[in-house]
Amino acid sequence: MTDLGFPQSQGRNWGHVALRCLLFLLLGLFALFYLMPLFVMVTTSLKSLEEIRTGSLVAFPRDVTFEAWRTAWSGACTGIQCEGLRPYFWNSVILAIPAVLISTLIGALNGYVISQWKFRGANLIFSLMLFGCFIPFQVVLLPMARMLGLMGLAGTIPGLIFVHVIYGIGFTTLFFRNYYVTIPAELVKAAKVDGAGFFRIFWSIFLPLSLPIIVVTVIWQFTQIWNDFLFGVSFSQAGTQPVTVALNNIVNSTTGVKEYNVDMAAAIIAALPTLFVYVVAGNYFIRGLTAGSVKG
Amino acid sequence: MAPILDIQNLVKNYGAVEILKNINVAIEPGDFLVLVGPSGCGKSTLLNCIAGLEPISGGTIAIGGRDMTHVSPKDRDIAMVFQSYALYPTMSVAKNITFGMKVRGVDAETQAQKLAEVAKQLQIEALLDRRPGQLSGGQRQRVAMGRALVRDPKLFLFDEPLSNLDAKLRVEMRSEIKKLHQNLGATMVYVTHDQIEAMTLATKIVVLKGGVVQQIGTPAEIYNRPANLFVADFMGSPAMNLIPVKARKNGAGMKIEIARQGAEPLVLHDTRVAELPEDVILGLRPEDIAEAGYRAGENVQTADCLIDMVEPAGADTYVVSHLGGKQVTARLHAETVAAPGQMLGLAFDLGKVSYFAPQTGERLN
Ligand SMILES: Nc1ncnc2c1ncn2[C@@H]1O[C@H](COP(=O)(O)OP(=O)(O)O)[C@@H](O)[C@H]1O
Ligand SMILES: [Mg+2]
Repeated sequence: MTDLGFPQSQGRNWGHVALRCLLFLLLGLFALFYLMPLFVMVTTSLKSLEEIRTGSLVAFPRDVTFEAWRTAWSGACTGIQCEGLRPYFWNSVILAIPAVLISTLIGALNGYVISQWKFRGANLIFSLMLFGCFIPFQVVLLPMARMLGLMGLAGTIPGLIFVHVIYGIGFTTLFFRNYYVTIPAELVKAAKVDGAGFFRIFWSIFLPLSLPIIVVTVIWQFTQIWNDFLFGVSFSQAGTQPVTVALNNIVNSTTGVKEYNVDMAAAIIAALPTLFVYVVAGNYFIRGLTAGSVKG
Repeated sequence: MAPILDIQNLVKNYGAVEILKNINVAIEPGDFLVLVGPSGCGKSTLLNCIAGLEPISGGTIAIGGRDMTHVSPKDRDIAMVFQSYALYPTMSVAKNITFGMKVRGVDAETQAQKLAEVAKQLQIEALLDRRPGQLSGGQRQRVAMGRALVRDPKLFLFDEPLSNLDAKLRVEMRSEIKKLHQNLGATMVYVTHDQIEAMTLATKIVVLKGGVVQQIGTPAEIYNRPANLFVADFMGSPAMNLIPVKARKNGAGMKIEIARQGAEPLVLHDTRVAELPEDVILGLRPEDIAEAGYRAGENVQTADCLIDMVEPAGADTYVVSHLGGKQVTARLHAETVAAPGQMLGLAFDLGKVSYFAPQTGERLN
């Protein structure tokens, strides 16, 4: 990534430059290739249906119109209702925010206990939690449905929050455990001698230390929960569906002409929050991930 | 006076491994107790047991006359300084020092006053707003001390507080800790693997090895009359000379023969001991072997020895001679003229000699 900077003969220097150019060209091509779908989505969402039918897929819009965005947000039909994504978007917000916060907090507490308050069987419990990370979604669908039914939470947003919290704890515990095992045990000892108890030490000493790993966990959990489709479609009913399910319904329930521009706008709207979280906290994400894993 | 710390029959196991075996120690108020021993011998574990940070597997611990065996650390009236300092990384120096008082609900005014006192005492007033990450090793050490001093406890516990400092700073802080002990009149328990630290600081030393107490005594007792070969070898630098010799009855005393390569055995007469087994190990500190003529007294005996090596060390000159199959070091004056391969008259001070049994390592005289 940095130039090695050793002295080179003229001939080798030219070869060097050519190699560099080739490299950038190749990387540029890859980037273009990767950005192509996004480009098509954005341009298509800004075109009118008429223009989509007559123009080329990769052309810039001749007349920029936000009509499709308005329809996607508040007018598109998901089956029999035609309220757009808006109600489902808010469903996702009130589902994702508590689910992220609760699973992060529980993960932090779990990681704190497992790494700093070692008890008999702590490692076994941690292994089981790790195992939980690798259980495929499909396996838990039926038992979870039964459980939600028994708890009276079937088809509700609190039910979905519950599912996401349970499913997320394995990951959040892993993140926080790996971060906290790098903290020397003498810190807890010092605080104990100072008179602080379990929660006081967590709150005053460990949480303030945890900003990088909190950011990592929040991004991870938010992305997982916001983008989840399977749990959303399995454990919700009309009115409590998250945005991913609504998006699917919009795209699949068109009668007559397929409104590509509305579909594209809806897809971008559904993806914006995760994009936003990455842009705001992405820097921390990289740093936090490496901080947790290098010494862990 | 009642002992301020009284440890009786303390046993500590980790699983099936016995880490500390039947420890008995008691100290008086104002004592400076040093736990010394090689790495891994259980010093930190013992200190953690005293602090209540590790549950003990047997025995009792009393602090200030109260049984504390099952009392939690915060109620033991102790303060502790850790090897890694264990400063709270996100708190300022001031917050680090006052955290304990804050947790215990001390009012803000008293906190500020005590903080100011301690900061002045340790000369860290200028650092109070910094984070631990912005401090040097020596400054961190001071803050860790401050966190303990501000508490004014019955017992101070130190776990190798100087081991992370460079040599010069270590010597400075050592004398500061000593001064602190004298000024405060506080009772301290101090862990170190450095026998010089132990000798300079302690009023009482406990030598540990493999979780077993080897000897308890004042620095002078430990230095002059080590209880066994381990203590003799561990305490003192350069180490005590431990020479295998043959002892024979000779009138009221003993005749000590030290074998020499290619020469007659060196023979010394010790009139102060009446009985020794034939094979013994003679222990004599380097400073108790001097140039002939420099040391007088009824117990001093001289002999010519072949010098193998000369090591000038500024204030002293060490010479090494091959006796009884061992490299024997003598500490001579700096101006002594000696050369390898020459004979030199050495005076052995038998008044200072220790005898040990070769098999058990126990002291015999
Ligand atoms: N939590 C633990 N579990 C098992 N063994 C331990 C634990 N802590 C320390 N030990 C063992 O106890 C012995 C004494 O350790 P320690 O008290 O730290 O030694 P020192 O402080 O004298 O260097 C060592 O052999 C160490 O491996
Ligand atoms: Mg130790």
